[in-house]
Amino acid sequence: MRQIHEFQVDSTRYLDDHGKPLGELPLQAENTDRVLAAYRNMVLTRTFDSKAIALQRTGKCGTYPSVLGHEVVGTAIGQGMRKSDVFVPYYRDQASHILRGVSLTELLLYWGGDERGSAWKNCPEDLPISVPIATQCCHAVGVAAAMKIRDQSRAVVCCIGDGGTSKGDFLESINLAGAWHLPVVFMVINNQWAISTPRSLQSGAETIAQKAISAGLPGHIVDGNDYFATVEALDTAVERAHSGKGATVIEAVTYRLGDHTTADDATRYRTAEDLKRAWEKDGIKRLQNWLHDRGLWSPDKEKALQAECKQTVEKAVESYLATEAEPPTAMLDYLFESLPAALQQQREQIADRYRGGRA
Amino acid sequence: MSKVQASAETRDITLVEAVNMALHRAMADDDNVVVLGEDIATNGGVFRATVGLKEAFGFKRVMDTPLAENLIAGAAIGMATQGLRPVAEFQFMGFIYAGMEQVISHAARMRNRTRGRLHCPLVFRAPFGGGIHAPEHHSESTEALFAHIPGLRVVIPSSPQRAYGLLLAAIRNPDPVIFLEPKRIYRAVTQSVKDNGEALPLDTCFTLREGDDVTLITWGACVQETLQAADKLAEQGVSCEVIDVATVSPLDRETLLCSVAKTGRAVIIHEACRNGGVGAEVAASIAEGAFLDLQAPAVRVTGYDTIMPYYRNEQHYLPQVEDIIGAVEQVIAL
Repeated sequence: MRQIHEFQVDSTRYLDDHGKPLGELPLQAENTDRVLAAYRNMVLTRTFDSKAIALQRTGKCGTYPSVLGHEVVGTAIGQGMRKSDVFVPYYRDQASHILRGVSLTELLLYWGGDERGSAWKNCPEDLPISVPIATQCCHAVGVAAAMKIRDQSRAVVCCIGDGGTSKGDFLESINLAGAWHLPVVFMVINNQWAISTPRSLQSGAETIAQKAISAGLPGHIVDGNDYFATVEALDTAVERAHSGKGATVIEAVTYRLGDHTTADDATRYRTAEDLKRAWEKDGIKRLQNWLHDRGLWSPDKEKALQAECKQTVEKAVESYLATEAEPPTAMLDYLFESLPAALQQQREQIADRYRGGRA
Repeated sequence: MSKVQASAETRDITLVEAVNMALHRAMADDDNVVVLGEDIATNGGVFRATVGLKEAFGFKRVMDTPLAENLIAGAAIGMATQGLRPVAEFQFMGFIYAGMEQVISHAARMRNRTRGRLHCPLVFRAPFGGGIHAPEHHSESTEALFAHIPGLRVVIPSSPQRAYGLLLAAIRNPDPVIFLEPKRIYRAVTQSVKDNGEALPLDTCFTLREGDDVTLITWGACVQETLQAADKLAEQGVSCEVIDVATVSPLDRETLLCSVAKTGRAVIIHEACRNGGVGAEVAASIAEGAFLDLQAPAVRVTGYDTIMPYYRNEQHYLPQVEDIIGAVEQVIAL
C-alpha cells in the first residue's frame, strides 16, 4: 500500500481570551488606523444589533437575526475585501455589509419588510442577503467564473454558516472552485449552532475546514473572535484569489451569542453555562483590551465611540421609520424588466384597490 | 476570444440544428453569451445541440461543468448577476429538479428582490417530453411547475424556425427563461431556416392555421399531432384554428380569447398530465374571458394523471391524432 495523500488543517489565533498576545503578532497589528477602524465597526455593528432587536420587540421591525458574536469575523471580511470584489453573503453579515457600504437604513428596511433594503447603492454588485441556506455558494462560484472568463483580477468572498456546510450547495461549489481554479474565498462562520442543532450533529468531520481538501482546496481554521487571525486569513486568501492561485476555505470558529433570530429562544437548547463561557471569549472585548494595553484606547475614547455609534444608529432608525412603504403596485414593477401584457390587468387591479376604487 | 461571423445562409434543418444555429449566432453577436452544462463542450451535448460551439468560441465561453444540476443553475445565476448571458443546459428535464431551489428562489426573483439592482438574463434549456423510447426519468413534461412561478418565462418551440427565433429572443431577453425543447421532434421535421439573427417575439402565441369551427390550443411536440388532426378534420369539413402557445407563461390570453370568440369552441392539447397542467390555466382563462362565446365547454386532451410510463407503453400515454379528432368531434356535436 502506498499513501496517496495526507492532509493537515492549521488553526490560528494570536490573542488569548483577554487580548494578551500569545506570541508575535502579524504585521497588520502595526496598522493602527486599520485596527481602530475595525474596532469602531465592531462597536457600531453591536450597537446597531441591539437597536434592531429592540425595534423588533416593540413592533417596529420584522423578524431579525442577531449578529451578536460575529462582529469580529464580519469586520475582518469587510476589511479583507477590495472595493471591486464581490461579496456573497448569507444573512448574518451585518458587520461586513456596513464596511461594504450598505447603509444601516437599508439593513433595517430589509428586515423591516421592504425590498428596497436590498437595492444597495454603494456596492451594486454585491449579492443580496441569501436566506435559503447555502444556495449563495453556487452564485459565488458563478460570479467568480464570470471574473475569470473576463480575465479580471477580482475576487469573491462567500459567507456560510456551519449548518450550511451540510448542504450539497456548499460541497458542489467548493468542488467547482477547485476544478475551475476560481478566485473565491469561502468563509465558513462556525458559530456552533444551526438554530438548535449543534455543530457536533452537522458532520462527523473533526473540522469543517478539512472539507476543503476533498475539493482540492486549502482549508484553514482561525479563531473567529481573534481579529488579527481572521483579518490575516482574509488578506491572504483574497490576495491568493487576486493573483490567480485559486480558492480558499476558511473556517472561522466563533459563537452565536444571541438567539438564531428574534423568533427563537435559545434557552430551550443551550445552557447558561455554555453561553457564559462563550461570552468570556468575546472578540470585541478582547480587541479592546489589546488596544488598551497598546496605549491606543481609553475609557474616554470608548465613551465617545459608544455615543457616536448610538447617534449613527439613531439617525438610521429615524430615516428607516420615516420611509413610507412603496405603493403596492411595486410588487409587479420589478418582476421583469417590463411588465408583460398578461400582467397588466393585475397591476391595474392593485392600483385600483390602492386608490380605494375596490368594488 | 475567437469570433465567428455566422453567415446569413438559409438551410433545411431540424429543430435541434436550429437550436445549435441560434446558439452560434447569439455567441457570435454578443461576447457576454456563455454556454454551460454537462457534456456540452467537447461532446457537443448528448443531443448535439451545442456541437461546434467550443471549437468556435473556446472553452472559456463553452463550459463543461461537473455533474451537479443545482450547481449549474446557481452558477449561471451568479454569472448573470455579472452581466453575462449564460445559456445553461440541463441534459434532460427530469434532472432539472435538483436545481429547482435556485430557479424558484433566486433566478425568478433576483430582479424583484434587489429592486432592479441585479437581474438574471439567463436561459435554462432542457430537452423535454416523451416519445423517444428513453429510460426512466428522461421523458418528463413538467412545464406547469415552472409556469406557476412568477418571474419566469417558459418558452417551448415547436418547429425549427421557432426554435431559432425564440431561442435568440430568450437569450436576448433580460430576464430568466426556461426554454423547453420537445425532443420527440428534435429531428422529426426539417424546415428552411434563415440564419439572419432575427428573433421571434416572446409572450405571443403563434396562429399556425386559421379556422372557423374550433380552436385547437397546444404547444411543443403535440403541435405535430394537432396539425395532422386539423388536416384530417378539414377532410370532414371541420375548419380548425391551430394555435401554438409557444410562451406558456406569461400566457398570451388575448390571442386565445379572440380565437375562441370567433370559433366558439376550444380543445386544449398537451402531453403533460392533466391535473394542474398549463391546459387548466388555458381552460380557466377561456371560462373567465370567453364564456358567453362558447358553444361547448373547453375540452382537454392530455397525458393521464399518472407517472409517465416506461417506453413500452408511452404511446398509450401520449395524446394521439385520433384523441384530438375525438375531442373535436365531441365539442362540434354540442
